Amino acid sequence: MPAVQETVERVKRIDVDQYRYGFETLIESDKAPKGLSEETVKFISEKKNEPAWMLQWRLEAYRRWLTMQEPTWARVDYPKIDFQDLYYYAAPKPKKTVSSLDEIDPEILKTYEKLGIPLREVAMLEGVEPKPGEEDPARRKIAVDAVFDSVSVATTFKAELKKAGVIFMPISEAIREHPELVQKYLGSVVPTSDNFYATLNSAVFSDGSFVYVPPGVRCPMELSTYFRINERNTGQFERTLIIADKGSYVSYLEGCTAPQRDENQLHAAVVELVALDDAEIKYSTVQNWYPGNSEGKGGIYNFVTKRGDCRGANSKISWTQVETGSAITWKYPSCILRGDNSRGEFYSIAISNGFQQVDSGTKMIHLGKNTSSRIISKGIAAGKSQNTYRGLVTAHRKATGARNFTACDSLLIGDKCGAHTVPYIEAKNSSATFEHEATTSKISEDVLFYCIQRGLSQEEAVGLVVNGFVKDVLQQLPMEFAVEAQKLISISLEGSVG
Amino acid sequence: MMALLEVKDLKVRVEEREILHGLTLTVNEGEVHAIMGPNGSGKSTLSHVIAGKPGYEVTDGQILFRGEDLLEMEPDERAAKGVFLAFQYPVEIPGVTTMNFLRTALNAQRKARGESELMVPDFLKKVREVSKSLNIPQDMLKRGVNVGFSGGEKKRNEVLQMALFEPSLCILDEMDSGLDIDALRIAADGVNALRSPGRAMVVITHYQRLLNYIVPDVVHVMSRGRVVKSGGKELALELEASGYAQFEDAA
Repeated sequence: MPAVQETVERVKRIDVDQYRYGFETLIESDKAPKGLSEETVKFISEKKNEPAWMLQWRLEAYRRWLTMQEPTWARVDYPKIDFQDLYYYAAPKPKKTVSSLDEIDPEILKTYEKLGIPLREVAMLEGVEPKPGEEDPARRKIAVDAVFDSVSVATTFKAELKKAGVIFMPISEAIREHPELVQKYLGSVVPTSDNFYATLNSAVFSDGSFVYVPPGVRCPMELSTYFRINERNTGQFERTLIIADKGSYVSYLEGCTAPQRDENQLHAAVVELVALDDAEIKYSTVQNWYPGNSEGKGGIYNFVTKRGDCRGANSKISWTQVETGSAITWKYPSCILRGDNSRGEFYSIAISNGFQQVDSGTKMIHLGKNTSSRIISKGIAAGKSQNTYRGLVTAHRKATGARNFTACDSLLIGDKCGAHTVPYIEAKNSSATFEHEATTSKISEDVLFYCIQRGLSQEEAVGLVVNGFVKDVLQQLPMEFAVEAQKLISISLEGSVG
Repeated sequence: MMALLEVKDLKVRVEEREILHGLTLTVNEGEVHAIMGPNGSGKSTLSHVIAGKPGYEVTDGQILFRGEDLLEMEPDERAAKGVFLAFQYPVEIPGVTTMNFLRTALNAQRKARGESELMVPDFLKKVREVSKSLNIPQDMLKRGVNVGFSGGEKKRNEVLQMALFEPSLCILDEMDSGLDIDALRIAADGVNALRSPGRAMVVITHYQRLLNYIVPDVVHVMSRGRVVKSGGKELALELEASGYAQFEDAA
């Protein structure tokens, strides 16, 4: 059988039912009544002891949402969602207030253990050579704010962060403890009226992370959050807000896995980033939610709004994502380049297999003078999946000297999948320089045979070729994550070739 | 003594068309065999079938490697057993450094043979030695496999792999294609350095020229899917003088 044919056969046989992270934790949970109404919104706000202004904000969003239509322009196909048939809030029932890891439900900790998440202090990776100019990885630390369903249950490294003046806490806490910051920035990048899913999120968001880095501070560690959906039929509405004040720097890592489900699960997160003058935010994601079974049943619907605002001059926001999971991905991490000389970056690896549908890309909106942006997108489609890159690059009239470079490469494995590139490019002034490159290729039978003749198995050969294909993007990930991502790519390829 | 490679009455089809019509060939350890013949005589098909390239249907005959049935093995198993094919057109693998590729492949073979992985310092030492003898600069090893390599560099990279993996059977498919005289000499010197009593080579070529550099023990002439004549190295010279036409009729 020709090598590619064999790969195709194996892809057909994939059994995503064996999804590695498909297990469920049995713990009691505290749910809002099914369906969405002003009552639900009030229930959530009350559960979180929110101040009146927050409830008002939610209710306004809810009322706005009632007037909005679900968008249909993306190249994704799914049965209509009954928004009244979902639960909008679920929290693990606290037996008592948790103040340290020891007090957390052992069931929850066990779940994290199975996922291999470094909840305990320092994550040390062996055999990784530090990049020039970077310190020894063994001495670098990762602070983990673990989100279990909707409530943050553990926060580590709080003390050290506090010493640096960095605020890193669940957003529900920040609403109570730092209302002035939250009120000033929440919804300032993604307004409550932004789009159907973002508006829904604004009304019912449950929890997420809040980060504030004060002026001139370089955050002393990587910040990391793991999201995990665990409650059957529960919509997950994370809300994350990161503010890098003048001259500060922060790198934030987000990783996701979810247990296997029969029903589709809706996830509509909002992430807002604000970078003031000379500040830099690096936001990295590894997304590995349940993609559905081999017949395309189940899996997560992932409708996410992620946007960064380079509000200050010389600011920089960089998005890096490795997307391997979810039945449907609808996600466009974007940058508004408002400050003069600001810079936006988007590095993406999107792998789709089975019946997965990915419609992802970015928007680079150049408003300030001499702003620049860079987009590197690598899409890999296997099985019967559809993988679309959708991107907008626009320079407004006053954005003189705007520059963009875009490269979109797609790799196809087999002949039942599809790769699509939908770039929108708009230059409203004559001094903008935009470059766009796009390629689509099939994984070559000759290349696979060459590797196999040298002793690699079919699976190792595909893994090697794909890891080479995505190398430019992998290099953008923080070191600890790059290793994890490489493993994840191999794991998802294990699934794709048998 | 058991032959290293025995091809017996091999019949091979590609897309319903028979290319090899009952080919027989025996290669012993330590021997260098040249297979010559015009375009379309089935030389490359033979090399692909021995290596296990997909897309060929063996309808009859046998290939034994040290007495084992090679056709029952996956291509990667054959590699681990010591079958090496130097490609006529080595492929490019962007984003995978040559060094990484060499190490991954070598360790995959060692693992398949139940051997331990080669330690990094030992591996690097070995690569440096071999690449130096082949005039391969270190920075070439840091580039993507064959990406942006010249024709000569690609062929030297093949010889480098041959030296590293230490196969017992090397099949060189049209190694001279696309090489100028100097590049050919360097590659051929590399190959000659690998001649050893425990290793056999099958050198596939159109032209006698290559055989001035890699001098064979046995020369076979292929025509229309069969070996039509075998002899010593002087047969190659004879062919150079009189051409393949005489064998077209014989086939």
